[in-house]
Amino acid sequence: MTEIRLETRALSRQFGALLAVQDIDFRLAAGARHALIGPNGAGKTTFINLLAGLLSPSRGRVLLQGLDVTGKTQAERVKLGLARTFQINRLFRGLTVLENVCISVAERVGAAPSMIYPVGRRTDVIDEAMRLLEMLKLTAEAGRRVSELPYGRQRLVEIAIAIGLKPQVLLLDEPAAGVPSAESHIILDAIESLPEQLAVLIIEHDMDLVFRFARRVTVMVSGALFAEGTPREIEANAQVRAIYLGQAGRG
Amino acid sequence: MSEVSSAVAAPPLAGAAIDHPAARVLIGRHRWRWWEALPWIAALAFYFAFPDYLGFGTQLLVGILFALALDLALGYAGIITLGHAAFFGTGAYTVGLLAFHGIWSEPISGLLLAAAAAAVVGLASGLVLLRTKGLTLLMLTICTMALLQEGANMAHDFTGGFDGLPSLDIAPVLGMFEFNPLYANTQYLYTLAVLWLCFLFVRTLVYSPFGQSLTGIRENMLRMHAVGAPVRRRLVICYVISAAIAGIAGGLWAQTNAYVNLSALDLDRSATVLIILILGGYGRLYGAFIGAVAYMALEHFLARIYPTAWQLELGLLLVLVALFARNGILGLGEGLWRRYHIRSGS
Repeated sequence: MTEIRLETRALSRQFGALLAVQDIDFRLAAGARHALIGPNGAGKTTFINLLAGLLSPSRGRVLLQGLDVTGKTQAERVKLGLARTFQINRLFRGLTVLENVCISVAERVGAAPSMIYPVGRRTDVIDEAMRLLEMLKLTAEAGRRVSELPYGRQRLVEIAIAIGLKPQVLLLDEPAAGVPSAESHIILDAIESLPEQLAVLIIEHDMDLVFRFARRVTVMVSGALFAEGTPREIEANAQVRAIYLGQAGRG
Repeated sequence: MSEVSSAVAAPPLAGAAIDHPAARVLIGRHRWRWWEALPWIAALAFYFAFPDYLGFGTQLLVGILFALALDLALGYAGIITLGHAAFFGTGAYTVGLLAFHGIWSEPISGLLLAAAAAAVVGLASGLVLLRTKGLTLLMLTICTMALLQEGANMAHDFTGGFDGLPSLDIAPVLGMFEFNPLYANTQYLYTLAVLWLCFLFVRTLVYSPFGQSLTGIRENMLRMHAVGAPVRRRLVICYVISAAIAGIAGGLWAQTNAYVNLSALDLDRSATVLIILILGGYGRLYGAFIGAVAYMALEHFLARIYPTAWQLELGLLLVLVALFARNGILGLGEGLWRRYHIRSGS
């Protein structure tokens, strides 16, 4: 259980004069259910983007399964077992739910560069995608175009595409963003059914979801790590309440 | 069940999951439909019905092939380009220069050379301009074409400059069938055969996992990066293939007309093929066919009604297509078909 899957060392990113992320040392072990919370503008999404390789850091390193991936592209990190979801849906909107997941699975199993045989020949890919949809209770919508689905269902497709990569580390960037709170339990169900050994880092504003899902919580404020602990410890931390939860209560 | 398993190769069937209607649709999507024979039947019927219009028919087929090439880049991979005439022209000038200077006049290998030359131009330009997106990309594709056109204009001694290369001497197809400038029977059937082969290739490609990943890039490039796809490499490969096919179209154009001039590299040609594709419906394989026929018909009839301002009418029509039929004539047809089926189903 102590196998470190993802690690950052003094990770920093500057936008002009703004230090969006500063000197973050962070570790994520196999089987982790770790939440990253903090007020808007704390640098959470920047941090995720640095981990995923969408942004490159100004200083510091990112290690994936002990391997330095700081200079590697997004695609290379995906091949090394890192997958992510997006805060705003990044889906193949004109394609069906099944095709969305097939694209991801085909990429992972190395089918995607083939030009000669038709997609339908790879029943293994389609079968795996269908099973994934079953797991996320999306089977009924498999043949529908993503753009026709309600937003909450689209959020599930967002997760399905990431899981199709069979990652070792999964970064969930506000999976419940934009989902009516009455439906957020569907997202929770989905992420609770993830494989036990998967290391999960989640950013989320829905505190109810965070405290039910996460086993550890890190609070980020102004680009730096502010506090870390179990959900109970964080909930009881007066400073955190003042900075974050109080603010959330007002909002 | 037997229908499914016959289409399936090695991997064993997993049962229930793969029996889902959505899975069945995906498994059978590449199968030939009966109506896919229609364009080819129509093309053969045209040959027998209008022997006096085979020259026109040949140009129509060349237009379809060019639009098909563009569809691969624009319709499937979402590469916004107004410079595809660069490849059409490269193919045309390859055939033209080789024939005019008496180096090579065998038509079939000439087309292969045209494809290769266009592919090289596609690779060289694609490596640079596919780093960009949107308007920048659009401008760079136009620039590439303009550079080539100006180059062809300035290399007057080789290319004939503005006057082009007239009366090319192309050897008979397979050493037997002569290109007769008065009766375009050979030209027509030859072009139809080449179009058929290229179409088979493109059709295979778009239904392959590679084709699916191109659609993925078109639908959401950022997400394709995030699922680990080498996006730029895929785009470049697609662009090179599209360029090669456009080069074949250009080569055919040069061979069947027995001349080449700067119009092969013109913005007008790029724009026309784009209009054809938008009219017919891009990203749909048959949009190229429908669009080319519709464009030629419109040109013919509108020019008859308003000889001076038919392009104005065409422009108005395009505005209507852009406003009400984003997916072109084919998209319109699909919508009606779906509506009809929903209504009759309920």
